[in-house]
Amino acid sequence: MNHLMAMPVLVPLVAGACLLITFKAPLMTQRLISLGSCSLLALLGIWAVLQAGQHPHTLYYLGNWAPPYGIVLVLDRLSAIMLLLTACLSLIAGLYACRGTDREGAHFHALFQLQLAGINGAFLTGDLFNLFVFFEILLIASYALLLHGGGRARSRAGLHYVIINLVGSALFLFAVGTLYGLTGTLNMADLAVKIALIPAEDQPLLTSAALLLLVVFGVKAALLPLLFWLPRAYSAASAPVAALFAIMTKVGIYAMLRVFHLVFSQGEQPINLTLWEWLWPLSLATLLLGAVGVLGSASLRTMTAYLVIVSVGILLAAISLPGQEMLSSALYYLLHSTCLTATFFLLADLIGKQRYRGYDRFSLVSPLNHRWLLGCLFFIAAISISGLPPFSGFISKLWLIQSAIKAPSGGLLWGLMLLTGLLTLIALSRAGSRWFWRPTTSVSSPLRLDKTSFVLICLMLTTSLVLSLLAEPIIHYLERTAEQILSPDEYIHAVLQSAWLSEAEVVP
Amino acid sequence: MEILFALTLGALTTSGVYLLLRARTFSVILGLTLLSHAINLYLFGMGRLKTESPAVIGLVPDYADPLPQALVLTAIVIGFAMTSFVVVLALKAAVELRNDHVDGENPNEDRP
Repeated sequence: MNHLMAMPVLVPLVAGACLLITFKAPLMTQRLISLGSCSLLALLGIWAVLQAGQHPHTLYYLGNWAPPYGIVLVLDRLSAIMLLLTACLSLIAGLYACRGTDREGAHFHALFQLQLAGINGAFLTGDLFNLFVFFEILLIASYALLLHGGGRARSRAGLHYVIINLVGSALFLFAVGTLYGLTGTLNMADLAVKIALIPAEDQPLLTSAALLLLVVFGVKAALLPLLFWLPRAYSAASAPVAALFAIMTKVGIYAMLRVFHLVFSQGEQPINLTLWEWLWPLSLATLLLGAVGVLGSASLRTMTAYLVIVSVGILLAAISLPGQEMLSSALYYLLHSTCLTATFFLLADLIGKQRYRGYDRFSLVSPLNHRWLLGCLFFIAAISISGLPPFSGFISKLWLIQSAIKAPSGGLLWGLMLLTGLLTLIALSRAGSRWFWRPTTSVSSPLRLDKTSFVLICLMLTTSLVLSLLAEPIIHYLERTAEQILSPDEYIHAVLQSAWLSEAEVVP
Repeated sequence: MEILFALTLGALTTSGVYLLLRARTFSVILGLTLLSHAINLYLFGMGRLKTESPAVIGLVPDYADPLPQALVLTAIVIGFAMTSFVVVLALKAAVELRNDHVDGENPNEDRP
């Protein structure tokens, strides 16, 4: 067993615990611990991607208990890329937070690390109840992070966010309970095997459990009837927190990919076909609502929150269509959209700090400092997210559109994606011209532009450029990832086979 | 026993959902609490209802399934923590927004 496997969970957990104990230590020490943990996570993420490229499934038995009885951590290509993405995002968000956000209240870095522990755990675990526990860890930390800094808007948004997610957790437990009652196991690979053999009279109960899981993951991922908490919560959060939250909706999407493609894919009449039928129209409606929201938002943060919704709609529509190419293009879009939405949350903060009044609102006109610099940054980010060349947005959308044409009824996604792209472009150019394209009214006492924050945002945009420059190896990796997701037999075999093999050494 | 168990579960869930849909934070929190009670019972029932069979191997031939009990314990701990957090958050919101409506403002009272 390779103990490095458990490190993506343990490192932030230990760092978070240390930060809680040493909360009286100077802020500099706290920052060092937090950023050290984030850098370690980034290294671990690179290791995970390389490891998953060589070995299809790396397993780690917690407490050396063999599955299906013990909890098993599974590292495959999908978990590896999600780990790396989270680590990169956390490093940038963590550095950005050191520019003053962490001063606004206590325990910022501790909460940040605990949230990372939850997210990484959710990506690694191979056990359904353990997934619930990690979801709770990341949610509890996110409640506190959302409220960090205080203020009326945050309390108001936090109340909705917390209550809706608590109801989601309740439904998750109902679904897990039903699955356990029917099959007697919670290990995902074992569940898949048992569900394939389930008698026909239990089928409706099983389908209802699966649909409950769809609702739960829909709350996390912000699927249409369950997304109204998102715009207010994301626009109320402080900039680095919102940037980290860009990965949170993707955790829901990851859970759907993992659970639906693995647990409900076996048997003669796999249940996931029903799930995809539900997901397809809902995700298209999500996409449309997101586009309308982008056009109608009054501030850049709200607009970014709706851009998150748009990306969720596109992703869910793409994964509910069959085909390996569709899935791999969706994964590429996932990387691109997470980076870009996070960039926009940070950018909104940077621009907002350059204005005396109105922060990031479009309607309130107050002069802006450093118009040229910020305008160029905004322009690059805008063409990348709306899918114009040469950035990753172009490649991801082109690939999605190409694969959507081949899929049955994919033409609908094709049309809606182009329409959304157009609406996004209109909204962004309206925002940009209102801010940057006006005769200059000189500012009497210019506000200082924070150079570190500026560099960090440039770094995020470079990630987008790297995604498009290194498109070939990345696309190759993602194609293999999609292949792996669509052949759950290998996963089941790896988890259960190794259990049988190692039984002699594990059980005395 | 099964009928009583099912009726209790149903009553708890129904009242929980009803209270959850109310407009005041206090009743919403009560609803969440009732719902988490319902879940604890439900998870417990998933190990099948048996009497006089402890979850220990060797005492009786037909021992109870220990896993649902462990799940219930986890769910209770998380439920407790979350309830206390929501109570504090609701109090904070009530103080800051000057009312305990879940939307932060009451459309019937706050606007003329």
